[in-house]
Amino acid sequence: MRVAGPSSGAPERVLTVRDLRAYYRTKYFGIRREVRAVDGVSLHVDRNEIYGLAGESSCGKTTLIKTIVRAIRPPLDVVGGSVTFHFAGRDRDIHALSRSELESIRWRHLSYILQGSMNVLNPVRRVRQSFVDFAHRHSGKPMPEFLHQVESHLARVRLEPAALDAYPHELSGGMRQRVTIALATVCRPDFIVADEPTTALDVVVQKDVLGMLREVQQEIRSSMILVTHDIGVHANVTDRLGVMYAGRLVEEGRTVDVIRDPRHPYTSHLVTSLPRIGDVTPKRGLDGAPPNLAAPPTGCRFHPRCPLAMATCHVKPPPMVDVAPGHRVACWVTAPPEEPVTAQ
Amino acid sequence: MSAARSSPLLEVDHVGMTYAVGGLFRRRGVRAVDDVSLRLEAGSPEVLAIIGESGSGKTTLARMILNLATPTAGTIRFRGSDVTAIRSNSERMAFMRQVQPIFQNPFEAFNPLKPIDHYLFVSARRFAGARGRTDFESKADKALHQVGLSLAEVKGRYPHELSGGQLQRIAIARALVSSPSLIVADEPVSMVDASLRMSIVNLFKALRDELGVSIVYITHDLATAYYISNRVLIMQRGNAVESGDARAVLDNPQHPYSILLRSAVLSPDDAGRPRSPADSAIPPLKHSISNAE
Repeated sequence: MRVAGPSSGAPERVLTVRDLRAYYRTKYFGIRREVRAVDGVSLHVDRNEIYGLAGESSCGKTTLIKTIVRAIRPPLDVVGGSVTFHFAGRDRDIHALSRSELESIRWRHLSYILQGSMNVLNPVRRVRQSFVDFAHRHSGKPMPEFLHQVESHLARVRLEPAALDAYPHELSGGMRQRVTIALATVCRPDFIVADEPTTALDVVVQKDVLGMLREVQQEIRSSMILVTHDIGVHANVTDRLGVMYAGRLVEEGRTVDVIRDPRHPYTSHLVTSLPRIGDVTPKRGLDGAPPNLAAPPTGCRFHPRCPLAMATCHVKPPPMVDVAPGHRVACWVTAPPEEPVTAQ
Repeated sequence: MSAARSSPLLEVDHVGMTYAVGGLFRRRGVRAVDDVSLRLEAGSPEVLAIIGESGSGKTTLARMILNLATPTAGTIRFRGSDVTAIRSNSERMAFMRQVQPIFQNPFEAFNPLKPIDHYLFVSARRFAGARGRTDFESKADKALHQVGLSLAEVKGRYPHELSGGQLQRIAIARALVSSPSLIVADEPVSMVDASLRMSIVNLFKALRDELGVSIVYITHDLATAYYISNRVLIMQRGNAVESGDARAVLDNPQHPYSILLRSAVLSPDDAGRPRSPADSAIPPLKHSISNAE
């Protein structure tokens, strides 16, 4: 389906996340509160692959990727697990790096397109200055050469060099989005993390921006994690898809498999409840409310809303089980573990 | 009232809205809405979807229908009387009783410092003629039951204690307290979680079918518009470019802009289809750059 990487054969792993736990911990007036936004997530991303992360708001998607890029600040705290990147032939545990090492990785190897990234540009700096502020010192190039590179890179996202002299408010939403994509990719990073890069955009501009993001990603051969709740976007852009619910990954597999043949009841609900043009069969919403992560349900976190829930689901959290090659599901009903559970 | 019965519920007649921008010397007009007409018949409740990208004038049109903005051209008649001619407070209250809004972001629609039932009680007092605590509560409870909630679940709670889906249901319940005949919903599901979105959309369907409320549903999501609406109106830069039966228009759009919108819908069924990076039939963004503001 896709062009093999430079070292064809076994795909090269760029990111490995093992049993990651990240909690928001607060203590005000002696009251301790712990919100388990990411609770035991394991995943990996190969070179030149787009990994999609789906799930509704407050399921921990954004916390997960903040932890992956180590953009964490209190009260968010990494409680357990590891995030290992493989850059330039070296494994690096991002949470064990020193500040300067982290800085040497950021932008050159790892860049981050933030949520609401239309509004991240400094409103009192011209776009050119923003490029210099963000990326110049990471590029390791003299200024004229860097600016030349920026200009040719802007052409790649179909923006004219004149956009460099504009202030952010002079650009439309789609253009600002392109500027942030250009910013995140100008140093040709090995890994891009994009958090809801197109949520605030119109459908027409969205399709265009996504196409461009994919184009740039293919051209610089980087890997990407794309977070969005929109299954339609995943179907069109991502190679593999992980579905999160209440801080845990509930299903993961090739995007086609997950969307065509969802195994977890939550995923199948997400996919079947989507209205489609040309389809007028009644669709149902899920009963109940998204769980409160400060006091998540016991056992499988989906059981209060699950149509298939049985007694075990109330007590024990289900493990991730392979149902097909590369397709993992955590559900007692649809994927009961037969043999000893694989730890990964 | 008997004369009004025969006239259409809502008649938007060649309405335009021009905003003035710029300073004293460089004043120019921006046409947010340009010559838009539409009609909702009384007695046959329906969902009319207004579809368009941001900046196409959808929200301005909604604000004019709600009488929150005065059109600079044309007239809007509700049950035969011009809404811009409303002067007295009693007339305004009578109009608001009939026409109720639902806004995009339920987290912003409610004051975080007020318990949520406050809104229901105020609406009951001002629009439904309720007097006294028990009357407030029974009216609020009735409206909440219509959206699948009850007063017991909601009473005394603040917006931050409720999910977006619940808040949006309460916003709908609040609009229903006065038993309106028209609801104007501006992007009511775009901020609601995916798993709850369809229940809100189904609720609109139930309001139309069971309570006989007409709904103006403003959205940029073609799929939900196809799912619930009877008719659609597609807007581009203030103009209505295509309108008609929802299924017919969205199955087979005619205007180039409608075709573009239709082709930009990303469907989950596209999974596994071979894709090349440049498969989009979208023209380079340059066009939209020059048109944006």
